[in-house]
Amino acid sequence: MNDAVAIYDVRQEAFVPASEAGPAPKRIVVAYGFWIFLLSDIIMFSALFAAYAVLVRNTAGGPSGAQLFNQVSVALETACLLVSSYTCGLMSLAVASRERAAVYVRALATFVLGAAFLALELREFANMIAQGATPQRSAFLSAFFALVGCHGLHVTAGLIWLAVMMAQIAVRGFRATVQRRLWCFALFWHALDIIWVGLFTVVYLMGVAS
Amino acid sequence: MTDIRYDRAPGDASAAAEPSGVLVYTTGLALAVLLTATSFWVANTTLLWGPGVSIGLIVLAIAQMGVHLVFFLHVTTGPDNTNNVLALAFGLLVVFLVIAGSVWIMTNLNDNLMPPEMMNMQMRH
Amino acid sequence: MNLLGKLDWSAVPFDQPIIMGAGGGVVLIIGAILGWVVLKGYVPYLWREWITSVDHKRIGVMYLVLALIMLLRGFSDAIMMRSQQAIAAGGAQGYLPPEHYDQIFSAHGTIMIFFVAMPLIIGLMNFAVPLQLGIRDVAFPTLNSVSLWLTASGILLINVSLVVGEFARTGWMAYPPLSELQFSPGVGVDYYLWSLQIAGVGTLLTGINFVTTILKTRAPGMGYMRMPVFCWTALGSSLSIVAVFPVLTATLAMLLLDRYLGFHFFTIDAGGNPMMYVNLFWVWGHPEVYILVLPAFGVFSEVAATFSGKPLFGYRSMVAATMAICVLSMLVWLHHFFTMGASANVNAFFGMMSMIIGVPTGVKIFNWMFTMYGGRVRFSVPILWLIGFMVTFVLGGLTGVLLAVPAVDWTVHNSLFLVAHFHHVIIPGVVFGCFAGYTYWFPKAFGFKLDEAWGRRAFWCWFIGFHLAFMPLYVVGLMGMTRRLQHYDVLAWQPWLLVAEAGAVIILAGIVCQIMQFVVSIRNREALRDVTGDPWNGLTLEWSTASPPPAWNFAFQPHVSARDAFWFEKKLAPLKKGQAAEPRKYEPIETPKSTPIGFVNAFFAVVFGFAAIWHIWWMAAFGILGAFAALLVFAFRDVEEVEIPAETIAQFDRAHPLEVAL
Repeated sequence: MNDAVAIYDVRQEAFVPASEAGPAPKRIVVAYGFWIFLLSDIIMFSALFAAYAVLVRNTAGGPSGAQLFNQVSVALETACLLVSSYTCGLMSLAVASRERAAVYVRALATFVLGAAFLALELREFANMIAQGATPQRSAFLSAFFALVGCHGLHVTAGLIWLAVMMAQIAVRGFRATVQRRLWCFALFWHALDIIWVGLFTVVYLMGVAS
Repeated sequence: MTDIRYDRAPGDASAAAEPSGVLVYTTGLALAVLLTATSFWVANTTLLWGPGVSIGLIVLAIAQMGVHLVFFLHVTTGPDNTNNVLALAFGLLVVFLVIAGSVWIMTNLNDNLMPPEMMNMQMRH
Repeated sequence: MNLLGKLDWSAVPFDQPIIMGAGGGVVLIIGAILGWVVLKGYVPYLWREWITSVDHKRIGVMYLVLALIMLLRGFSDAIMMRSQQAIAAGGAQGYLPPEHYDQIFSAHGTIMIFFVAMPLIIGLMNFAVPLQLGIRDVAFPTLNSVSLWLTASGILLINVSLVVGEFARTGWMAYPPLSELQFSPGVGVDYYLWSLQIAGVGTLLTGINFVTTILKTRAPGMGYMRMPVFCWTALGSSLSIVAVFPVLTATLAMLLLDRYLGFHFFTIDAGGNPMMYVNLFWVWGHPEVYILVLPAFGVFSEVAATFSGKPLFGYRSMVAATMAICVLSMLVWLHHFFTMGASANVNAFFGMMSMIIGVPTGVKIFNWMFTMYGGRVRFSVPILWLIGFMVTFVLGGLTGVLLAVPAVDWTVHNSLFLVAHFHHVIIPGVVFGCFAGYTYWFPKAFGFKLDEAWGRRAFWCWFIGFHLAFMPLYVVGLMGMTRRLQHYDVLAWQPWLLVAEAGAVIILAGIVCQIMQFVVSIRNREALRDVTGDPWNGLTLEWSTASPPPAWNFAFQPHVSARDAFWFEKKLAPLKKGQAAEPRKYEPIETPKSTPIGFVNAFFAVVFGFAAIWHIWWMAAFGILGAFAALLVFAFRDVEEVEIPAETIAQFDRAHPLEVAL
């Protein structure tokens, strides 16, 4: 018998520190767990960043970043991803207030902007490969393609996820599970933009400025 | 709200009502655009001392990441966000150790390698 | 285009009798077990209650079963190596050709670290942490199942490599340039890479699961300083998993890109840098050994307190030491490659950090000693493992402090001195700790204790066998013997290696004793039955449940008011004898629904991994798409939870009056 409850009856009004409040509500547990996952993903990117930093000067007689990077393209990609993060934020607000139409419109905007980002990036890669700047050319190019490509793969996964979530809203409505998953998607999408800030600064801008 | 005594998790948009929520995100966007534009200018201008460009870019990048964390992910320094901030700090510590540690070690190792001219002479026979 | 990629009949080593014998034996045993299971009609039960289970207790048991089975394979590799080295002296070539011997030492390390030690500690964490925290399951039960089955996928792939193809010959660390395509053109390194990548995802998800569980879902009243120490060590281990497994994923991915797409991360041409692999690998590799040993330390803390009949000494310093180890473990990794050519400053920094990290561990040793001092120590099997650990690990740790000095390390790096050191810490630490752990928690999991006599025999065989097997290795290491030798010319080494072989045989006897222990205990289970749920007079909440606990763990959510919550309760019980217990109303409990997604996802992971290894591209695509389709089916399921009726819960409590203590 849990007599501890009888003797140490904790009243709701008494001050209870958060660490003793018991299991948190499911939506907070899920979002926190996803936050931990995002931090682990950022650590994975940091290993790729480290490899890039070590190999950036190993061009093996081939082209360097300054010779290859197109700043206009990078600026456009940055704009697309940043605005898509904004529309994603607006989408989160609409989800919280369960406005279905607003959710779909803002999700579509997020999707289109994300897809535009990918299209620009693929075009950039294709141009580089056409010039002979393939990942097999040098260690620098291997590191570049792996780092930026990994981010692009994450964006692709995000777009697929967003599409599935829109289907989920259509089929299941705004039930708790769907809302939690949308919350996780938003966290993911914002985190990708944070990683992109690191990417365009370290890879492109520093590459061009050197 | 029964959630009051629990911590919040990052990105909790439901805590903000619609009009003030839009304001938060819009402010974040405006700041981020400003910081991005400044970064591009810093990378291309001749007005700054060379080594200062890298430092400037890093500072601007960190600032923009901060803008994202605060305005888009709603990670604040309030007591209900302690777990989130601690987790973030831990993640940043690991990122710092991995990148700085690896760059320090690898630069050191590379410096100690035989110079290429000597290597060619070794391989010639 | 070849439909089967690189795969054809030449992949099966028909000309190698040892492999064919081993492989054939394994296939026969597995076939026999599967046949028995099917014929006895156990498949629906197994599917419903175990394979699709998301219950942390079931998942924990399955991890332990996988680990103990893989221990047999890893140990077989070990005794084969010892036997080879015992006879291949002077001109003798032994019985294992170099190409085979190289695969054996590579498989031994890979299996022991990834598929024995990791599942052992994860299995113990899975079983005990939710019970100790006073909750019903981990934060993400379905994700838990996914993790388990992904680990099983890695295990399946590495075992398939025995008979279809080959394994890596690079050692368990797979350093380039040897592991690059140019020097390892076969499938061996690909088996290594894919099985670790797949299992690594599972482990990362486990880390996330336990960090969230421990930080966000503890029972009401259980503040941080009221958590059992095992939960603190589980937290430290899980934080480290989250911190460093992504680095391993990235590093192995870079090697995969080099091998599959001709990238130049670690090649010796086009600007690649093989040293960077070594650096990044050990960024993961050093924290990994602390990931393994911290939960083992946690087990020892629980065992020390329980079998001394008093709460753990120095709780706060234990917590501080655990968290210090977690952080410090990420500041020492270069000591694995002092000899790679960094300058004195760099070597000195990491050498100093490597010495400092011994301090918190020392604090723990003192705390365990002071826990036992002044207590009424019962010398049951778990505490034998603890004492054996303390005596052995301290010496092993001291050789570690020796190796932390770069100048010393330069003379013994990659010699058998090093091999002796790391076995000298990991076996008493992780292996003894997990043996103590499963002995300690076995009655809770299955309802009856393990046989004491066979447990003692197992302990003494392991303890004596370990020392005989590894102490001579220090000697030959100092005499100049390097690791991984298939044969050698210095006859002076042979007597020592013969003693080491004898030690390995005694460890084998220990393993046989452990198997006997299981057989005898199951046969005598009624005599060994745990009727009170608290066979050891424990201090923590898991002992307040029935043995085995019901699916819902606790009928009523415990409210915790002190550290060592159950011990506190038991001390209060005499004070409450006069008070009439209020009858409490049973409420129905929502539990997560069992789901096959973990198993199905792992199936497609194996398909993908095998296809990627053999370059069967259509099959690889099928694997990815299959996994995605399964995920979609899961994502759109309608019912996520099952409600257990209040009457079922009440009936269980009525049927176990002696056991349900809270």
